[in-house]
Amino acid sequence: MRIQAKFVARALLACTALACVPVHAQEGGQLNVICSVQAEWCNMIQTVFAKTTGIKVNMSLKGSGEALAQLIAERANPKTDVWFGGTGDPHLQAAEQDLTLEYKSAALSQLHPWAQQQAVQSKYRTVGIYSGPLGFGYNTELIAKKKLQVPRSWADLLNPAYKGEIQVANPASSGTAYTMVATLVQMMGEDKAFDYMKSLHKNISQYTRSGTGPIKAVARGESTVSISFVHDGPGEKLQGFPVETITPMEGTGAEIGSMSIIKGARNAEAAKKFYEWALTPQAQQFGAAAHQYQLPSNKGTPIDPNVPDFKKIKFIDYDYAKYGASAERRRLIARWEKDVNSLPR
Amino acid sequence: MARLGAPAHAPLAWWLLGLTAFVLLPWYLPQDATLWRSMGGVFGSADSGAGLTQALRHGKPWLWMAAGALLAAGLLLQMPSGRAQGRALAAVAAFGLLGVLLAGFAIGAKGWSFAPLERAFGALGGGQAGLGLGGATTLLALLMLLGIGVARIGAFRGDAFVACAVLLCAALLLLFVVLPVLQALSAAWLDDGGAASMAAWLERSAGERVWGLGCLAGGVRCGVAWNTCFLALLTAFGTTVLGTLIALMAERGNGRGKRALQVLALLPIITPPFVVGLGLILLFGRAGLANQALEWTLGVTPSRWFYGLFGVWLAQMFAFTPIAFMIMRGVVQGISPSLEEAAQTLRADRMATFRTVTLPLLKPGLANAFLVGFIESMADFGNPIVVGGQYSVLSTDIFFAIVGAQFDQGRAAALALILTAFALAVFVIQQRLLGRASYTTVSGKGDSGVPMPLPVAVKRLCQAIALPWLVFTLVIYVFAFIGGFVRTWGRDFTPTLAHLMTAFDLQRGEHGLVWAGTAWNSLFTTVKLAALAAPLTAAIGLLMAWLLARTQFVGQRVFEFGALLAFAIPGTVLGVSYVLAFNVPPFELTGTALIIVLCFVFRNLPVGVRAGAAAFKQIDRSLDEASTMLHAGTATTLRRVVLPLLKPALAAALVYSFVRAMTTVSAVIFLVTAENELATTYIIGRVGNGDYGVALAYCSVLIVAMALAIALIQWLVGERQLGRRKDAP
Repeated sequence: MRIQAKFVARALLACTALACVPVHAQEGGQLNVICSVQAEWCNMIQTVFAKTTGIKVNMSLKGSGEALAQLIAERANPKTDVWFGGTGDPHLQAAEQDLTLEYKSAALSQLHPWAQQQAVQSKYRTVGIYSGPLGFGYNTELIAKKKLQVPRSWADLLNPAYKGEIQVANPASSGTAYTMVATLVQMMGEDKAFDYMKSLHKNISQYTRSGTGPIKAVARGESTVSISFVHDGPGEKLQGFPVETITPMEGTGAEIGSMSIIKGARNAEAAKKFYEWALTPQAQQFGAAAHQYQLPSNKGTPIDPNVPDFKKIKFIDYDYAKYGASAERRRLIARWEKDVNSLPR
Repeated sequence: MARLGAPAHAPLAWWLLGLTAFVLLPWYLPQDATLWRSMGGVFGSADSGAGLTQALRHGKPWLWMAAGALLAAGLLLQMPSGRAQGRALAAVAAFGLLGVLLAGFAIGAKGWSFAPLERAFGALGGGQAGLGLGGATTLLALLMLLGIGVARIGAFRGDAFVACAVLLCAALLLLFVVLPVLQALSAAWLDDGGAASMAAWLERSAGERVWGLGCLAGGVRCGVAWNTCFLALLTAFGTTVLGTLIALMAERGNGRGKRALQVLALLPIITPPFVVGLGLILLFGRAGLANQALEWTLGVTPSRWFYGLFGVWLAQMFAFTPIAFMIMRGVVQGISPSLEEAAQTLRADRMATFRTVTLPLLKPGLANAFLVGFIESMADFGNPIVVGGQYSVLSTDIFFAIVGAQFDQGRAAALALILTAFALAVFVIQQRLLGRASYTTVSGKGDSGVPMPLPVAVKRLCQAIALPWLVFTLVIYVFAFIGGFVRTWGRDFTPTLAHLMTAFDLQRGEHGLVWAGTAWNSLFTTVKLAALAAPLTAAIGLLMAWLLARTQFVGQRVFEFGALLAFAIPGTVLGVSYVLAFNVPPFELTGTALIIVLCFVFRNLPVGVRAGAAAFKQIDRSLDEASTMLHAGTATTLRRVVLPLLKPALAAALVYSFVRAMTTVSAVIFLVTAENELATTYIIGRVGNGDYGVALAYCSVLIVAMALAIALIQWLVGERQLGRRKDAP
């Protein structure tokens, strides 16, 4: 009998609890954001925006690939209002698939040319909020122990001394790695780029799933060299790991972190307020405060000393429109899969 | 026969429930208020009006179909009960059900859902929101009336309880498993433009990447499908053997440390995802302790030997042995000692008895444990991602296809189909193997046998394999615990409480306690939703197990497979399919807590069904018959005779569903919102961010919380009282 009485009591409790579960959010004046940057950065944005405007921010942290998948799945009845951060290509894909709203911000003229170009190319459905160069990360202790040279150029990475010492993400799942593929294709021409990647393949120990996997592996001594965004390095270094970053001599590409308003958003007004706020210099400082050292897109934002000096880095003229289009992406990734990934090591 | 003693008031009660729901409960799901608040607007508001209000005052005339059906049913119930009444009742109820559902699918949020309908009937004034409590309850009542009607016609041997149970379970499965999954899988046949195309499907499923046999010939790698199969077989085999050995040691060993053994063996179940992977990498990764030790003692260069098939296999063994243990424990307990005693009195020694009597009686458990292990391995995502290295399996490929740079839903669906096909194949094989043999050992007669202690050879084997395994488990846990309380994992081992504080800070504010930590929200939500999901899973699972084991009806096998389907589908695909299927009316559930609970329930349903099925094979039907002959209805028999004997299965179902609900990741990653954040997504977010300290501190707290919950469940359910003699002291 004990079990029955207890069960009934529990069941009643459960039913009451169920009835009290708010089915959707309460009160107006709220905003649903998918945030694709680091957790600390997202938390800061959430708190500060809520404090300054009184609008409650519901934030969901998702990688840019997962965020795009969710937006596509929800398209008939979107529950998200703003998509903040994450590398630019998924935002461009979302714009291409008509998932995001066309909106011209007044602050566009205050932004760097690359951020404005991002907006123009997507027909104003997205805008650049930060930029970070692609480069190499390396573990200083392992380099010293194995008596290796610090890699200073793309060509250096092909050195057989690095066999099994390099990690990079899988272009199929990571925007970081896709940026690398597109950069190489634009630098060397498509066929030469794929030859390069075939040779590089011999030195790669693992293609990780996420873009930040390689730099973390380098920091923790699981790998010696990584191909990743340069701004991911200082955060690891601050935690005490022996990691340094460098950009290749021949030239490199960069990502443009973007932000978009979702078409059909339930809280469109609040979304636009957030959009404008996120482009102000004050709001753009939170990245550095969260130890993420990308270059903010508003020219008026004070630049943290840890942000890499863009003038010292050789950038290629990266065609975001061409290489952000879904068809081209799919073709390049499929070719990588067929020509490079299937090779033995 | 089953109508003897069946309550006559049941049909009337359902009818009253339906009517009350139609008149008094909000028909649609309120957009922005809790249920309590929306009760206020039941008679007036357009958002939260009851069915009657909506039909009368807010221009939703199609709801009259439900009202009409209910009224007609009420009149029919006045007739004398018989075949004619049954037919009419069934027809009326079916009409009501189909009417409401079809209207639901045809009329969406903004009017007609399909253009041809708009052309045929003209534009509608407005649309309708998703079904809410009122709508769902009315539909339930109509479904029950349908079942009663069908039973009165003569189906299901006239047993109304069975008819209603079958219809209810079938409806739930159809709605929450079959439809979303079919919708997701149908994308396999769609090409880029959205048109159906066989060629697209063939290209996605029949390529060399999926079915290549290169690795056998010394090439680089084999197709994904073969990899998955091979790994799953290894894992299933390993976990079944290990689980059986530990169960034998726990139940038939010398009883010392039995408690400790149970606790230790179950610990891996309550481990949040990633902890196992990280712990193993820390031990065996390139910079891990084992490699460093090897380098220091033997000068072996550290390499990444652990990543790949071996690493994933080890992680999966670690993760899935407890489930096999739980299943086997119930089965070992249930073996009747009299049979073993009989063998021994015929001069068989312990080894012969074990080999010829005990082991064959374990077959249903072994087969079920093998099946569960196989499917868990195939659907497992977290372990291959972390330690898989270059060894790709179907679940990781599916995930890459959906969230990767390609976003190829068609490819994901094609691969998911292959995965499902494997699950079906193993299911069919298992059915053939078990066949029709009888494994009944729990019968009405009290058993006066004393369980035979294990033969020496078996005991040694158990100790040699199970004990090191348990020690290994303990080591991993110690690592995980330490990780949450040192400053930087792998680098700086100074003890600190900073990580715990970040997540679970509790401060005294001016208005009382302030839950300052960032993790409180997710912890409360997760515990609440898991606690809601667990009893539902156990109840539905055991009900289905009973229906499958103790009744006969057309389509029983299909029924069983439907339950298994949600299990075999990889979590990512299930999550996306739920978002796709439940994003629009009539079942608009995305963004709510309810969809997460439903995902939990239907994802974990099969273990309740399997555990119940294994237990039922051991309980003699004569017990049911005795109860029925004493005028107990089916429901009473179920409640007072069968359920108490199912306690281990019930405990297993509750524990497993609660714990899995607490630790699911891939299925809920698309269902989580800012308000309904779950512990696992929070942890994975932290891990992706590099905050291993916070993640591990949170994991430690979760482990403690789940251990407490398990203890609570075990206490609530109690142990099964089997009449067995104990050894003379």
